[in-house]
Amino acid sequence: MSNKPSKFKILTNGILNENPVLRLVLGTCPTLATSTMASNGIGMGLAATFVLLCSNVVISALRKVIPDQVRIPCYITVIAGFVSVVQMLVKALVPALDSALGVYLPLIVVNCIILGRAEMFASKNGILDSALDGIGMGIGFTVTLTLMGTIREILGSGTWMSGLDGLFPFLPEGFAIQVLPASIDPFTIMTSAPGGFFVFGVMMAAATWLTTRPKKEKPSTSAEAAEGGNV
Amino acid sequence: MAMHLASIFFTMILVDNYVLVKFLGICPFLGVSKKLDSAVGMSLAVTFVMVLATAATWPIQTFLLTPVDAAGNLKWDMGYLQTIVFILIIAILVQLLENILKKFIPALYRALGVYLPLITTNCTILGVTVLNIDNGYNFVESIVCAAGAGLGFLVAMVLFSGVRRKVEQAVTPVCFRGLPITLVAAAITSLSFMGFGGIIESIFGA
Repeated sequence: MSNKPSKFKILTNGILNENPVLRLVLGTCPTLATSTMASNGIGMGLAATFVLLCSNVVISALRKVIPDQVRIPCYITVIAGFVSVVQMLVKALVPALDSALGVYLPLIVVNCIILGRAEMFASKNGILDSALDGIGMGIGFTVTLTLMGTIREILGSGTWMSGLDGLFPFLPEGFAIQVLPASIDPFTIMTSAPGGFFVFGVMMAAATWLTTRPKKEKPSTSAEAAEGGNV
Repeated sequence: MAMHLASIFFTMILVDNYVLVKFLGICPFLGVSKKLDSAVGMSLAVTFVMVLATAATWPIQTFLLTPVDAAGNLKWDMGYLQTIVFILIIAILVQLLENILKKFIPALYRALGVYLPLITTNCTILGVTVLNIDNGYNFVESIVCAAGAGLGFLVAMVLFSGVRRKVEQAVTPVCFRGLPITLVAAAITSLSFMGFGGIIESIFGA
């Protein structure tokens, strides 16, 4: 621990450099399944962020108490507890989100991001750092889900943020922003399974390109070569 | 009855394929599908645990968490414990299975053993147990549904390991190398499964 990263670094680490979905490739199932609409992505992201923050804090606080051999069952029990809390809160406060996410809400338990951060970060670092890591990773997850939901929703149904009124009750009912003019037929396949895989693949390639391309000082030959090879 | 069960079984394999249509179990799908034999081993282990987990969680949900009396009213409602109880049962079951196989069927353990610890956090298992309860299936239907989901996973894994062999040899742009191009290939595989929509209704007349 000689080279300790700053608090800010820990927080922003999860957003691009170690983006849980695009760079670490964790939590792919909920990413693909719930990103059919931008508003579902926000809902899923916030629910997972809450669980991630709480479980990171608790696991970090208990890291000296939990014996090494039984740590995974302990982590899962802690995570499952917080997921149940989220399930009950969502059911009571935002029933529209509960029906939109369906089985993927209880499945946050087996979301590898949460167990992965517990194992990789919270079990080795202090409470404050773990909380920051949880928030950072959660933001990275939410941003990715929302972005992917945006692409799929705009291409697949021509609207943006429809269903957001279920998430935030102050918005008018049937809230949606029409992006594509109604005269263009939406590209329905984007909201179904193949579109999910496709958009995810393209976004992952874009993230790889953004994080590994050479800096501006050097002429970016490899990046150009990558684009040129895209036939 | 047999028709009804067959309809559930084939729906789970072809139309509601867990990996390619419902996006469950993507991690093992991307991680273990590189080689055909490991894809088969993993899928068989998943199918096995899925059926066992359903056989264990269905009675617990029906008789312990949300039991119903003769008049159809809930005796008590502990449904909110579902997530915690199910994941613990699956974790215990996987551990138990690993020990039993190691002791009594070493040949099977050598074939499936390495995949067992990965299965606890495989969302298909928790997914199938929860979905069986949500769909209101009875015990036999749940078991059939779990077996179908497992075999659907096998079909997807085997098909995709073949696709992947071809994709790995293809020349792709640098930033697409590895997982991104695999995902694009998965999109096309998934597209082919969309062709099965409606086939079950027309065969079994559901």
